[in-house]
Amino acid sequence: MAYALQQLINGVTLGMIYGLIAVGYTMVYGIIGMINFAHGDVFMVGAFLSLISLVALSALGISSVPLALAITLILAAAIAGLYGWTIERVAYRPLRGSFRLAPLISAIGMSIVLQNFVQVSQGARAKPMPALIPGGWTLMRGEGGFAVQLSWMQIAVVVTTLVILAGFTWLVTRTPLGRAMRACEQDLKMASLLGIATDRTISLTFVIGAMLAAVAGLMFLLYYGVIDFFIGFIAGVKAFTAAVLGGVGSLPGAVLGGLAIGLIETFWSAYFSVQYKDVAAFSILVLVLIFMPTGLLGRADVEKV
Amino acid sequence: MLRDAFLSALVALGLFGAMIGLKTDVGATALTLTPRPLAVAVAVGLVFVGRLALLAWKKARPPHATGPGALARRMARIGHFVAPLLLAFAVALPLFAGRYWLDMGILVLTYVMLGWGLNIVVGLAGLLDLGYVAFYAVGAYAYALLSTQLGLGFWTCLPLAGILAAFWGMLLGFPVLRLRGDYLAIVTLAFGEIIRVVLLNWVSLTGGPNGISGIPRPTLFGLTFTAGGGEGSFADFFGIEPSVSHRVIFLYYVILGLALLTNWVSLRLRRLPLGRAWEALREDEVACRSLGINVTVTKLTAFAIGAAFGGFAGAFFATRQAFVSPESFTFIESAVVLAIVVLGGLGSQLGVALAALVMIGGSEVFRDLAEYRMLIFGAALVVMMVVRPRGLVSGRAPSVALGSRKRIAAEMVTEGRG
Repeated sequence: MAYALQQLINGVTLGMIYGLIAVGYTMVYGIIGMINFAHGDVFMVGAFLSLISLVALSALGISSVPLALAITLILAAAIAGLYGWTIERVAYRPLRGSFRLAPLISAIGMSIVLQNFVQVSQGARAKPMPALIPGGWTLMRGEGGFAVQLSWMQIAVVVTTLVILAGFTWLVTRTPLGRAMRACEQDLKMASLLGIATDRTISLTFVIGAMLAAVAGLMFLLYYGVIDFFIGFIAGVKAFTAAVLGGVGSLPGAVLGGLAIGLIETFWSAYFSVQYKDVAAFSILVLVLIFMPTGLLGRADVEKV
Repeated sequence: MLRDAFLSALVALGLFGAMIGLKTDVGATALTLTPRPLAVAVAVGLVFVGRLALLAWKKARPPHATGPGALARRMARIGHFVAPLLLAFAVALPLFAGRYWLDMGILVLTYVMLGWGLNIVVGLAGLLDLGYVAFYAVGAYAYALLSTQLGLGFWTCLPLAGILAAFWGMLLGFPVLRLRGDYLAIVTLAFGEIIRVVLLNWVSLTGGPNGISGIPRPTLFGLTFTAGGGEGSFADFFGIEPSVSHRVIFLYYVILGLALLTNWVSLRLRRLPLGRAWEALREDEVACRSLGINVTVTKLTAFAIGAAFGGFAGAFFATRQAFVSPESFTFIESAVVLAIVVLGGLGSQLGVALAALVMIGGSEVFRDLAEYRMLIFGAALVVMMVVRPRGLVSGRAPSVALGSRKRIAAEMVTEGRG
């Protein structure tokens, strides 16, 4: 029982990170109907930017952890947003209206570019980082002295994610930009006829998606304490699975899907085998697409001929 | 123009400032930072100059009138001469080329074969498969296991490897029948990863990360190609000096034959009702259904036949390397093969061959640049899509068409309006 509770806590923390990445996938898919294959790598870039920022800040002599984290969050999100904007501008915008596979292949190319760019510029070795927020809170002691730990780190990850997501929901539902985004999602051509700057809206969608991915990158760095240039691929596929599970195009669905994937992965690793945890996540993707193609909260995709 | 270039340089500074400018190194106690202002300056300067050059080039060159259709026709005309020449060159290569060039030829031909195999799935049937490497792996491991565990020879295993891969193709095909486009791409990608993770972790069967070594080499009607000659070897039978190059030449002709077989089969299939159904499926699935084409059978055969050729290529890969490990079957391999097919123009046989030559040959040329190689590869993929999304040779005109009015329709399709 205690063991399961511990896994529940770990799973929710991991699920929050996946949820943040999944939101980026689902937004882009909702608006321009393409899988932004490079999104997982933007997450990885965000993690690296956070690492660089944290190390640089400590070198500059900023010893207050909350201050350093706040500055890092803003810096990493801003630069990752710039990455998102550039990627859309360079690799996707010229292809709008091209044939169906072109943006996907371009996105695969972009993903390879980002991975190798980070490998070349930061080196291939995994980068470890000491835990910034040590300690925790022992919830209960189970049979055999097994202590259920809720670390401050996990609380920080979950709380930050919830705050960011709340802000993001406000942005989508209450601001002019959010209204433009929703209009573009419903009908891109009609939105542009009604005077919405669609190009700008799409650009901003990419920027926001990349910023959320960068936040996820920082969380990942804090939670696992080690990153390398390859983390984006697997995390990207899992976050995409989360987006599909929640229903592509649905923002609450993406977070819900992220939680589900995080929990499934954690419990699978805890009770079955760690080696096959990726297989579990991928199998779920396949199963969901076969039996529930619209996901948990998605709309049915009606095709008119 | 200057302002535009300046803004690009500013964006580049934002992108590269932290990433290139501050390198994190794993120090003795903690991570250390190494500032590299010069590298940032070079990167930003390159972006500035590059943007300026691009804008100047765009300004100097008026938008050209010849559409993709005209270019495709020209390529098709050239193709009549290029294809036989290329074939003659490929057949004659071992006569004058050294060991290095032959090894390279084998590598290129392996990718040509993979490209032609994937072309059936992606180019003809229009099903985007990002997990093609899975079938390559199935073929390679099938031969590796059958030969080392059961002692079967290469020529017995080759068809078995193909059949096994085709079986896996069907297995993947069933669940994804209802999916289309991007979803299909992601599921096939996941499938490729599942196969790789299983190969990596099923240590008792596959040897895990250590792979399987000591895979026997192929024989020519029972004649072996051992370097030292000896009883029953190729050199002994023909009474010539034993040489390592015999085996390389033999392997070269084996893969050339296999690749040509792939080409021949897919060219013949394109003219069968099945092949025409594939091409129709690529253009419009709904129309296919309403015309009474069995979409299930059409898709499954495309997956199975494409996978079978991947399996053949895999068996060849295993026997050539004499060693297989999960390392060789990563997603990047799928991406490379897909890039070859797309670059070749989705459906064009000659295009795929040329694209394989350019991509594999090109990346061998860049081998000295080691870690920059994949960076250039990825960038080339993006640039290719932006500049010529239809590939080098756009061969989307249907294999079988009625009269000239259909030609016009096909051209519209070529331009992406279909």
